[in-house]
Amino acid sequence: MSHQPRTLYEKVWDAHVVERRDDGSCLIYIDRHLVHEVTSPQAFEGLRSNGRRVRRPDLTLAVPDHNLPTTARVDAAGRELPIADRDSAEQLDALRTNVAEFGVPYIDALAAEQGIVHVVGPEQGFTLPGTTVVCGDSHTSAHGALGALAFGIGTSEVEHVLATQTLILSPSKTMEVRVDGTLGFGVSAKDVVLSIIGRIGAAGGTGYVIEFTGEVIRNLSVEGRLTIANMSIEGGARAGMIAPDETTFAYLKGRAMAPAGTDWDRAVEWWRTLPSDAGARYDRTVTLSASDIAPALTWGTSPEDVVAITGVVPEPESFADPSKQAAARKSLDYMGLKPGTRMQDVAVQHVFIGSCTNSRIEDLRAAAQVASGRRVADGVRAMVVPGSGLVKRQAEAEGLDRVFAEAGFEWREPGCSMCLAMNPDKVPPGERCASTSNRNFVGRQGPGARTHLLSPAMAAAAAVSGRLTDVRDLI
Amino acid sequence: MEPVTRVAGTAYPWGQKNVDTDVIIPAHWLKTIKRSGLGRGAFEVVRAQPGNIFDDPRYAGSPILIAGDNFGCGSSREHAAWALADMGVRAVIAPSFSDIFSGNAFKNGIVTVVLPQEAIDRLIAVAQDGEITVDLETMTVTTPYQDRFPFTLDPFRRRCLIEGLDEVGLTLAKDTAISKFEEAMHRQRPWIKDRSGNAGIAVEGAGRT
Repeated sequence: MSHQPRTLYEKVWDAHVVERRDDGSCLIYIDRHLVHEVTSPQAFEGLRSNGRRVRRPDLTLAVPDHNLPTTARVDAAGRELPIADRDSAEQLDALRTNVAEFGVPYIDALAAEQGIVHVVGPEQGFTLPGTTVVCGDSHTSAHGALGALAFGIGTSEVEHVLATQTLILSPSKTMEVRVDGTLGFGVSAKDVVLSIIGRIGAAGGTGYVIEFTGEVIRNLSVEGRLTIANMSIEGGARAGMIAPDETTFAYLKGRAMAPAGTDWDRAVEWWRTLPSDAGARYDRTVTLSASDIAPALTWGTSPEDVVAITGVVPEPESFADPSKQAAARKSLDYMGLKPGTRMQDVAVQHVFIGSCTNSRIEDLRAAAQVASGRRVADGVRAMVVPGSGLVKRQAEAEGLDRVFAEAGFEWREPGCSMCLAMNPDKVPPGERCASTSNRNFVGRQGPGARTHLLSPAMAAAAAVSGRLTDVRDLI
Repeated sequence: MEPVTRVAGTAYPWGQKNVDTDVIIPAHWLKTIKRSGLGRGAFEVVRAQPGNIFDDPRYAGSPILIAGDNFGCGSSREHAAWALADMGVRAVIAPSFSDIFSGNAFKNGIVTVVLPQEAIDRLIAVAQDGEITVDLETMTVTTPYQDRFPFTLDPFRRRCLIEGLDEVGLTLAKDTAISKFEEAMHRQRPWIKDRSGNAGIAVEGAGRT
């Protein structure tokens, strides 16, 4: 091993090389594989038709999330309720059958531990610093918040990992995104990551693994860090990482699947060696100052279309690139917005608080703080979808469910919900949603749905005022 | 995987930037447990528009798609590659691709060709009425008008495409190396294997979720 200073990414990469190949690519060992119902059926089918087995079921964890309705799952007598959508039911059944046949550990839809795969991994301590984590879902980047090298894969790669516990990968370039200073009043992790994507663009991170550094990142909780790493992919980076530190260790200690006893001590000792060495080189560095970051949201149909809540809908002509001008015109047409309109004058009909980006306990606390003692505005439907059964239980123990219910928010069962229009939670055509999710693509929340991405506190502010609102006016 | 050395024919002269996988195949098409039949859902939202490029008789059934920067961004869904393959697309030419999409495309025998924007502009002009050839032997994109644009491809991916290799089968043959790595890992990082150290300790009991 060389004595060159190395980045966090390079250290994790080096620790997982099974074999270096002549062309520079490597066979990389995968420590943790998360599986859900949408991107796995064809992978299990591939194993079956080739007579192959799952190499390491003990390093694999399956949980359903994308398709599950977020309404009650059992009736008053505790019997499981059927899922009305036949295709969804078939996909969920396929997961149950496949995990039983191949012996993969599984958290069932009815278990308290069920939730969105990217909420469950860290919460169970399945995700650990210095591990390689994959899942057939692009928001796997979230797990990088704990210092893991975590990225989304396609179904053929899911099959490859199930069969071999490895992937053939070429090293990525490295990008440091440093956020200096201290966040202002009412500014959250979501505002930070939206501002980063607004700065580097939706393709800015393509080919890179991002490492988020700086005082702002250091001072964030693990929940906040998960929000940031989660959206790395929206800046084009397949993975985003944050160096593990005392905050990370305190979060993980005692979690159900985290190491214990002497294993824990040995693990922490190794984890402490992982942060990037002084003098380690990145291929690119981008710096942001916390003082420039305001509560932010999107105006268009790409996550790079970011503006401060105090701003206005931009003029397409204000962009230098002619193809961006054309894209902005199309976006504004789809979004039903006129250039120059103040963002705070835009009315919403839906509010969604949830998704793998923002459905953890801190997110719900931030939203509840705004909702407390207020009422959801007339003409607005607002829903809160906890990221897991354990988050839901914790929130209920803190009385957050009552705060939301009294304010007129729906309090629902865990799942991906309104993030991606694969289950009954959808935004109707032409209607507008203030959403804590991660993608504002055309049709993402339902055909014709108009999405504004923002933080949980900003979403709650939009719910109670019926329009996009500067949360700083309410807290 | 079917071997592919050459893709030739008409091309959709689209040039659209930031085409995300929700546009290539909307989420409601993802509720399938098969790989086939997704061509019907490909570009559903685009095809709902009258006069769209995919239903233009000049280009319908083209084996090549020409797009702008960041093609295939967003979701990791391999259904995007399956949908393109099912509608007959064998090569996509763009200035850049999302990392996950290009991997998925490759595993389904779709060639992703990266060319600079100037070349894309020229190919879009040619594709209005001319055919385009992507050749993996010579690693060039050519037109009937003597245009010749060289491109590069990861050598391993190129070999897999040309020989139609099964990547899982290739890696399974590395079993000895993988087992050796696992033995060393179990010594150096035993906690990776023994992951139920705290089983039975209620997570919420620690005051956290």
